[in-house]
Amino acid sequence: MKEKLLVTFSPHIRDEITTSKIMLYVVYALLPAVLVSIYFFGFYAIKTYILTIGFTLFFEYLFLKIRGREITLYDNSALVTAILLAMNLPANSPWWLIAIGSFIAIVVGKQVYGGLGQNPFNPALVARVFLLISWPAQMTAWIEPHPISKGFFYDAVSTATPLGSAKAEIIANGKIINEYSDIFQYAIGYMSGSLGEISAIAIVIGGLYLLWKRIITWHIPLSYLIGFFIVLLPYWLIYPEKTLNPLVHLTTGGLMLGIFFMATDMVTSPVNKKGQIIFGIGCGVLTAVIRVWGSYPEGVSFAILIMNAFVPLIDYYMRPKSFGEVSNEK
Amino acid sequence: MQRYSFAGGIHPDYNKGKTSSKKIEKLPYEIGETLTIPITQHLGAPSKELVKKKDLVKIGDKIASASGLISSSLHSPCSGEVEGVVLAPHPIMGNVPSIRIRINELSEDYTKLELTGSFQDTVAEAGIVGLGGATFPSHVKLSPPKKVDYLIVNGVECEPFLTCDHRLMLEYTEEILLGAILIKEKLGINELIIGIEDNKMDAVESFQKLVGKYQFTLVPLHTKYPQGGEKQLIYATTGRVVPEGKLPLDVGVIVHNVGTCKAIFEAFSLHKPLYERVVTVTGAVKEPKNLLVKIGTPISKLIEYCGGPVGDIEKIVIGGPMTGFAASSLDTPVMKGTGGVILFRKEDINSGKKVNCVRCGRCVEACPMGLVPALMEQFSIQEQYEKLIDWHVVNCIECGCCSYVCPSKRPLVGYFKTAKRQVINILRQRGKK
Repeated sequence: MKEKLLVTFSPHIRDEITTSKIMLYVVYALLPAVLVSIYFFGFYAIKTYILTIGFTLFFEYLFLKIRGREITLYDNSALVTAILLAMNLPANSPWWLIAIGSFIAIVVGKQVYGGLGQNPFNPALVARVFLLISWPAQMTAWIEPHPISKGFFYDAVSTATPLGSAKAEIIANGKIINEYSDIFQYAIGYMSGSLGEISAIAIVIGGLYLLWKRIITWHIPLSYLIGFFIVLLPYWLIYPEKTLNPLVHLTTGGLMLGIFFMATDMVTSPVNKKGQIIFGIGCGVLTAVIRVWGSYPEGVSFAILIMNAFVPLIDYYMRPKSFGEVSNEK
Repeated sequence: MQRYSFAGGIHPDYNKGKTSSKKIEKLPYEIGETLTIPITQHLGAPSKELVKKKDLVKIGDKIASASGLISSSLHSPCSGEVEGVVLAPHPIMGNVPSIRIRINELSEDYTKLELTGSFQDTVAEAGIVGLGGATFPSHVKLSPPKKVDYLIVNGVECEPFLTCDHRLMLEYTEEILLGAILIKEKLGINELIIGIEDNKMDAVESFQKLVGKYQFTLVPLHTKYPQGGEKQLIYATTGRVVPEGKLPLDVGVIVHNVGTCKAIFEAFSLHKPLYERVVTVTGAVKEPKNLLVKIGTPISKLIEYCGGPVGDIEKIVIGGPMTGFAASSLDTPVMKGTGGVILFRKEDINSGKKVNCVRCGRCVEACPMGLVPALMEQFSIQEQYEKLIDWHVVNCIECGCCSYVCPSKRPLVGYFKTAKRQVINILRQRGKK
């Protein structure tokens, strides 16, 4: 037996789950969507993923080193940020755009606040919005999907996303002119868009995996959907020519990625369930408002970032009632 | 209104199988061995020693008396010679003064208690304290200032690994029940409830056989930690909610552990004071056992009797793994509140590395008191005690669920234990003004 026994606070047994494992499960959950994007964008997708992961991990390493902290790449959180950031970029983004995005996500979005768990805003979304505002042309330079079965390398043909072209028609003509009814194509991801926006089905599969592994709960995804439809459905029923069919909304753009992977980011969402429902509804309503009335075709990233700012407030006011609570005398 | 359960809680690996079917064995002693009996084994004031060096004592002789209301008596667990008052390792308080006695005779006859005075006096005289682990002097709990509706016998034993209460319920079913009925009658309590988790159905059946013979309600409860916490147990069996900062008595309930009930039975019908208890020795030992052990026996003797450790032992826990204390020395004596001695190797405890909180909210889900450990931890670290009062840290029962579920391996409950002391001081001073 050892000379010295270990003495710590109770409890002396711990659950098996660790933060690195949670992050790893998120990576696994993203894999179906990653594979679909590689299927449709071939070489371009792989290039974007590799560059984003490389730059992100590099900046994480560099700034932990500069801050004199332990190198915690093993917690996998930078890896999750990297994949999510890549999913928020057009398939053939230039390398410098990726480098700037990675820097913003890791340094401005996360490390300046104190690293893992300390950031108020979702780092990948901070980077995406920064890039979108600073380099709108590059951030909306979508290319046509090209199934891998027709060749891995191909010449990129630029095009618009369904949400983008519908928005352009509304702004130009006051109503939608073309038909957007290929819901099946949209759902499997055969359309242009950011890498992670394309296949709703693959995202849902990943989301269900996270629910099954109990990494996330239903509270944020469901309330997000409800919040979105509370606004969108009545508007669509009244003005069917002024916005897309709700099913098209669901399967195009970043809504699914936002619902299952961005809004549910535990660091930047409320800690208790009641708060999460309010947070989700807020995200949903704001997304719909921006998509319907805003000048951007897409509203998911803005909606989630705005709600991220409310999290401390929600946490405070939605404190659950303690068992047998007696109100404190002031 | 039975709810059978409560909100929050966790389902750890119970690990009770190693010892749940092993009969209680009496730990043998030899002449010349010493027992070391700390004078602080209970909540409240330390006992006052009544013996001095070279005194000869018999089993059951009182060797220390209660000093004040919230205190307890101690009795000699053996016949022998007092070697003096020495410092012995205590799992909570460092080194404490303890009476050391060298065994000189192996007879099991004990000096009988004299049953004079009130019911409460006898319980105090017998040195009975809460044997579930909290060691609150029982006579204080048994002096209710108002009418009590329910007496709940706590046979939950929700701590993983421990099986001492389980074995007591199987082997001393009627004794436990008679002890409880005695309390019920002496205090004029309306109803007697026995609460047992449904992972011990054999114990439920043992009590079931006595349903016709005595009057009591048997309540099998969902297996979930901390089902045995007083507030959780009261809610699960009666639907009553104990308000923050209040005692079960305030809602007309008294809760006693099965071991305490047995001790009360023995004090009255066998005139036997409390000087031994059942301890589960388990974890990484060759032959895990349930042992009847004299108070004051060093844990090294228990481990040795169970065949010694298996592998490289990293930690020895006194009590249950969720709320027990890590022993710093093998000389630590068994005390009245020691329900278990559990040996852990490094691989048995998912200790892991502490990383930043990622606000996953698992602790909020797990907290049986509806608190928000994730945020309260920050207040504790920053010593924002006013904030902690607002977030009801006083309501924390220190069950350890938050630390157990934390994927970042943060010692949440440890922070609250420390912060609570400060907060309670602040509230006390505020009350004085």
